[in-house]
Amino acid sequence: MAVATSSSQVLNNVEAVRATLYEALKNDDKVVILGEDVGNRGNVFLITKDFVKEFGTERIIDTPIAEASIVGIAVGMAMEGLRPIAEIQFADFIYPSFNQIVGEAAKTRYRSNGEYTCPMVIRTPYGGGVRGALSHSVSVEALFYHVPGLKIVVPSFPADVKGLLNAAIDDPDPVLFLEHKKTYRLIKGEVPDGHYVIPIGKADVKKEGSQLTVVSYGLYVHWALEAANQLESEGMSVEVIDLRSVRPMDRTAILQSVRKTRKLLIIHEDNKFGGIGAEISAMVAEEALFDLDAPIRRLAAPDVPAMGYAMPLEEAYMSSPAEMADAMREMVKF
Amino acid sequence: MANIPTQVRKSLERHGLSDEQLKTIFRTMLLQRQLDNRGFQLNRQGKVPFALGSEGHEALQAGAAMAFNRGKDILAPYYRDLGLSIGIGLTPYEIMLSIFARAADHNGGRQFPNHYSSKRAGLMSFSSILAAHIPHAVGAAYALKYRKESGRAVLVTFGDGTTSEGEWHESMNFAAVHKLPIVFLCENNQWAISTPLSLQMGQPNIYKRAEGYGMPGEQFDGFDPLATYDAVSRAMERARNGGGPTLLEGVCYRFLAHSTDDNDLTYRTREDVSERRKDDPVPRFENLLVESGVMTGEQVAAMKQDVLYETNEATDKAEAMPFPIADDLYKHIYEGAWEPWQ
Amino acid sequence: MPQLGETVTEGTVERWLKKAGDPVEKYEAFLEVSTDKVNSEVPSPVTGKIRELLVQEGTTVATGTPIAIIDEVGAASKPAPEAKPSQTAETQADRDTAPPKSRDAMAESANVEPVPGFNIPQLEVKSAAASSGTPTMVPPRSNGQREEAALRGVSPAVRRLAREHHIDVRNVRGSGANGRVTADDVLAAAKLTPSGSTTAAPPSEAPRAPSKPGPGNTSTYADPIPGTTIHLSSMRRIIAERMVESRKTAPHAWSMVEVDVTNVWEWRKREKDRFERDTGVKLTLLPFFIRAVVESLAAFPLMNSKFLTEGPSIYVEKDVNIGIAIGLPANLVVPVIKHADKLSIKGMALAAGDLIERARKNKLSTDDLKEGTFTVNNTGANGSFASAPIINAGQAGIVTMETVVRRPMVQDDDSIAIRYMMNSCLSLDHRVVDGYVASGFLADLKKRLESMGPRGAL
Repeated sequence: MAVATSSSQVLNNVEAVRATLYEALKNDDKVVILGEDVGNRGNVFLITKDFVKEFGTERIIDTPIAEASIVGIAVGMAMEGLRPIAEIQFADFIYPSFNQIVGEAAKTRYRSNGEYTCPMVIRTPYGGGVRGALSHSVSVEALFYHVPGLKIVVPSFPADVKGLLNAAIDDPDPVLFLEHKKTYRLIKGEVPDGHYVIPIGKADVKKEGSQLTVVSYGLYVHWALEAANQLESEGMSVEVIDLRSVRPMDRTAILQSVRKTRKLLIIHEDNKFGGIGAEISAMVAEEALFDLDAPIRRLAAPDVPAMGYAMPLEEAYMSSPAEMADAMREMVKF
Repeated sequence: MANIPTQVRKSLERHGLSDEQLKTIFRTMLLQRQLDNRGFQLNRQGKVPFALGSEGHEALQAGAAMAFNRGKDILAPYYRDLGLSIGIGLTPYEIMLSIFARAADHNGGRQFPNHYSSKRAGLMSFSSILAAHIPHAVGAAYALKYRKESGRAVLVTFGDGTTSEGEWHESMNFAAVHKLPIVFLCENNQWAISTPLSLQMGQPNIYKRAEGYGMPGEQFDGFDPLATYDAVSRAMERARNGGGPTLLEGVCYRFLAHSTDDNDLTYRTREDVSERRKDDPVPRFENLLVESGVMTGEQVAAMKQDVLYETNEATDKAEAMPFPIADDLYKHIYEGAWEPWQ
Repeated sequence: MPQLGETVTEGTVERWLKKAGDPVEKYEAFLEVSTDKVNSEVPSPVTGKIRELLVQEGTTVATGTPIAIIDEVGAASKPAPEAKPSQTAETQADRDTAPPKSRDAMAESANVEPVPGFNIPQLEVKSAAASSGTPTMVPPRSNGQREEAALRGVSPAVRRLAREHHIDVRNVRGSGANGRVTADDVLAAAKLTPSGSTTAAPPSEAPRAPSKPGPGNTSTYADPIPGTTIHLSSMRRIIAERMVESRKTAPHAWSMVEVDVTNVWEWRKREKDRFERDTGVKLTLLPFFIRAVVESLAAFPLMNSKFLTEGPSIYVEKDVNIGIAIGLPANLVVPVIKHADKLSIKGMALAAGDLIERARKNKLSTDDLKEGTFTVNNTGANGSFASAPIINAGQAGIVTMETVVRRPMVQDDDSIAIRYMMNSCLSLDHRVVDGYVASGFLADLKKRLESMGPRGAL
């Protein structure tokens, strides 16, 4: 990580996003933000609070309630030379803009043979654990990571958030930037000052270990680390990899780890069937079969439409650190 | 059916256009028809798998093209805008490269024919998805306004069917809220593949919706290139000068089927079509020009011959070009590496 | 008949608009065609004169069928360039060469560790393992069958590590769930630390400079130093593997005869100088011996056969390909004289000489090492009097020429004479032959050798 100064601050994820957006707006006139309630309200999590006062309504645009055109208009802006950052208020509302993301943004460069490009960011909070129920808790990465032409990042540490958001804003192609809403205020960390970029497509080993590789992202990285620390106190050594990027994905980091530990557990909040874990499992089975000392396992949400509002329903859907520890323990001892 | 009277003008109303400009409009109409037919001929010869026609739109598109400022304005067309595309500067060769799907095509042979893209001409790349390009046009107009580039406007075109799409509505709404420099031009040819206007909308006069969005709306005879020029140039001027968006509706008729994969006799009769053919804008404008003394019969014949020659030359030249190769599949997915696993 | 639509496969000639002899312009409609999707006029592809109409009105033909012949006239239209066919060819070739990443990855992972049954290890083919007559994969490996069964049900890592370290998993204590043998268990059994990964040792080439002795220090096979460890080259590893395999699968029995080679010796002595002058190749006892072996194999075909676990059965080889074991400083190779039964003694001498020469220069090809059916081992070259060699896996036996010594022997008439005596030993696969055949073979070999020379045609 290139760091301009040697000083840093402790920020939570809301603050990390906010600080990064602020710097981007200051340093590049071409950056504009558009979405519902991003202007006067400053975003429902206060990420863009008071931005409109400093940067004006032409740059911080309160759009009508129209997700398809939030993304579509951003595509047009990007084609015409601006660097728009579109916000979808909750990932659960992203479906009306599916056509514009998958059919248009992802294909602009490809269908024009490189003549037109689409450098834009779509930011949206996702994930559960906040009693968000059916329409404020969903994970959407699996719907989009399948699509060539898109990039998708899911950082969950404040330092990663800043570096990857900068990378997303700089990227010449459309980037879907997923922010886990539960980590907004829950997760704090040191964030270096100054401008720096973390390359999209690079995972990060958040904890080294030798007996099991755990791959995760989003809120669950933090819980996986909690579980891994628990196992450490029991004498077991678990390596935890934070994917940070879901398209492209870091093949080298995963294979290096699996070749060392010989066991792989993928943990994600999204449904199991067809989730990210499926692609990781297939890749590892293809490329490192003879290094595996146990079947690849995925710990993921049950294949039901969403987590419910009632607490027991949310808990049943999500995986707790204790459940993660159980799965890890079982695999280490296998 | 929209109910505007279509009448042959008794006298030539130039709307400020010179003889040269009138001839340019006419030539664009002839060239559009010729290139259009050529696509079908090539398809019937078994040389290209698909062709999509625009007969009936010649006047509308040539008139609108004349109102477009090359090098300044931006065009966000749809796939029936052959005339508009050549009207703003695409060459017959570029058209034929698209039809033959050659590697030298702007899109590298990736898109269906008629899906043009040209930064040079200011033509925004678009997909086959109806109305998906309209928010893009609005976004581009926003960028023009944001950069305070007066004297520039976006012309976005679409058919009658597209006005049913949600993204059309969202785009109109946003453009009106922000008073963007954009003209929404509907080429109402009465048909959306097999769906007539009566099944497509409750309000058959599309221009009347403009009031609902808070912008001016106007309807004109899409078979009359000069009426078209008048309406479009006024709307574009208003947009360029910060006057905000306009909804225009040019009424014309789709003489051919939707494409080579459509048999229009399954939903309308030959008589319907031949009845409307009586107002065919191309011979109508030809008569007007000759009767008004702008062109002689010989000049018209020479122009037609020249257009045919230009079309033949472009066809042969494009046909001789190579196809894209398999390796081209992996290019231009991202700026960098294409592999999902890295 | 053009294809008038993506899914159209045929068309009907509705009406000809021209007849034979008529002129036609390029793009001018000259017939009407109907398909199940559309009806349309078809424009002419060229300007010219209609020579012949090939299809009658009302007839339906498949797309691509010739329907008319038009003689092109005038320079107006250029002939349509053959862009399409060459493009198709180019595209095909490009498709073949454009590498999808997954194929590379698969090949890469396959070559990292040699795993029998899953890929063909480069290393195996390059080296000439001692007891291997067939370096290419011969599935199923009859001698590895029992091991295969033991490895079923264990993880891929365990399979691989067990093979690499020659560990029989049946003998390993499992520390995993339900007593599963884990990869770490295998590594512990191989006395390596669990965190260390095995790296394939580089094939040994020229002997390395000797290193200082000391714990953890290494030296080379060619130059071993006491107190050091020699990392096995892939060749040596495979030799070791092959030896174990052969011993474990074939029950080795052994027999010996004593042969009076005085006459052969004489014959050779008389011929050797001239032979060397004429051919440049040394004439040793070896080709004479192999000649006799080949004849004895003809009389005892079971000695030239192979035990197969399918059946089980014995395959009696048709060809007689004699492998000659050649000991080199750090290696043991067994190049094969193909169709030795068809060679004269001279031919045998030349063939053997060539193989030995190339073996010494490390210039043997994989083909040289393949398809042996029986092996001769000249153990006597270094003075061995008797030896019990290990059979080349897949063969029924291996016979030796021991050293030739001059000894006083009692003759038929009770006199004592100094004779050239040579032992010949036979290790045999007791699944294929019993003593009856084996000793018969040896006796036959002895008889033939003793009746060779002192004169004869090479």
